[in-house]
Amino acid sequence: MAGGSLTLLGLSRRSASGLALAAAGGALVYAGARTKLPDHFEAASSLLLNCTPEEAFRLWRNFKDLPLFMYRLESVTQIGDGRYRWIAAGPFGSPLRWDAEIVDERQNELIAWRSLPDSEIEVDGYVKFRPAPAGRGTLVIARVLYRPPGGAAARAVAKMLGKDPKFMMRQDLRRFKALIETGEIPTIDGQTHGPRSVATAAMRLADPDRPIRGDAEMREILNAKRRIA
Amino acid sequence: MKAVCWMGVGKMSVETVPDPEILNRRDAIVRITSTCICGSDLHLYNGFIPTMEQGDIMGHEFMGEVVEVGAGVDRDKLKIGDRVVVPFTIACGNCFFCKRELWSCCDNSNPNYWMAEKLLGSSPSGLFGYTHMIGGYAGGQAQYARVPFADVGPLKIPEGIPDDKVVFLSDIFPTGYFGALNADIKPGDTVAIWGCGPVAQFAIRSAFMLGAERVIAIDRFDYRLRLAEEGGAETINYEQVGDVVEP
Repeated sequence: MAGGSLTLLGLSRRSASGLALAAAGGALVYAGARTKLPDHFEAASSLLLNCTPEEAFRLWRNFKDLPLFMYRLESVTQIGDGRYRWIAAGPFGSPLRWDAEIVDERQNELIAWRSLPDSEIEVDGYVKFRPAPAGRGTLVIARVLYRPPGGAAARAVAKMLGKDPKFMMRQDLRRFKALIETGEIPTIDGQTHGPRSVATAAMRLADPDRPIRGDAEMREILNAKRRIA
Repeated sequence: MKAVCWMGVGKMSVETVPDPEILNRRDAIVRITSTCICGSDLHLYNGFIPTMEQGDIMGHEFMGEVVEVGAGVDRDKLKIGDRVVVPFTIACGNCFFCKRELWSCCDNSNPNYWMAEKLLGSSPSGLFGYTHMIGGYAGGQAQYARVPFADVGPLKIPEGIPDDKVVFLSDIFPTGYFGALNADIKPGDTVAIWGCGPVAQFAIRSAFMLGAERVIAIDRFDYRLRLAEEGGAETINYEQVGDVVEP
């Protein structure tokens, strides 16, 4: 567990120091990760947006902009025939790639996509936009299912999603909401501060901008040393 | 710049830290001309509120001059050179709550919303200098501060009004006013206020603004009671008088 946490902490930071930390935990996690991996990971969440379904649909449908609010995605590129190449930040700086096609699309209502059969991992997802009652904006509902084929790829996906896929999706949706409502994503990353303690500095290096898990225990939050700019 | 930093429970110190920078398009940088210590800073000092970190910059009641604005700031609302009081709640101006002027409930301004949800059930807006669970934003007990969504919160102050006549608009005057407002004061009412600390001083003045005929202020510290009298209140030092209720 210690190795896994260390690896995940390190991986969340896309930098040399983060990778060094990840490497430190890597040896520990390697032995532990070969057993008891789930065969799929589901990330689902929903959120109310103060915008019209049209506006929300337009931002999401422009797939190349998804990495603006899905921080684990590096790029989404159109490769023709309604197909897209997705590249996500995988473990140890190695990208995870898959190609996907749109399988269903209803203007301002729904986009569903599915990875192509020869992808190294299956990634199926949909996003729905529903008008909220009484003109109170739009309900966005998103769900993505990751199904790795096993072996090294499964371990890679497990590491990428290990911080709780549901929470990851919620973070993505919160950023989507902020972006569509305010035009930017609020942050304290990079802001000024006074001298940090050694313990805080270490945690900061390990995990600059993400909690370990969304379902963290109260005690862990009370001791939170994360997301410290 | 110099800034007051939280260095642990019971430990505050003035540290030299990097100047703040614009991080988002709707940010501004304010050169601070007046700043305050709030009673609620004591909760942080005494360690009652979790998620402070050593090195966090304190302060959520400040004002100053705008010295830099991000590309996304509406220049009709805020520009370099403006004198502003900065409210302690950070509000985006666009979400469901902001559109209803419920700024302290802003959906978007707390990047650490998940911590607040876990501890409080749901997240308020981000605040300056008031723990990571409520945003983690660097505060204004410093020479400069970064103000997010700068075209929403800051109140422009006309020239000719000195700082000490307006700096309390950032937090403590609205807090006292809100207390008086909740009492649903009608013209002619008599209002009693227990305790004459800073919030009460503003509640006394707000009560008169809302039409109170008499305000009776109750405390045991003479210096506070004198301030209350200056605000027009009748005062009672409860350690020096017996039963004040007339039979």
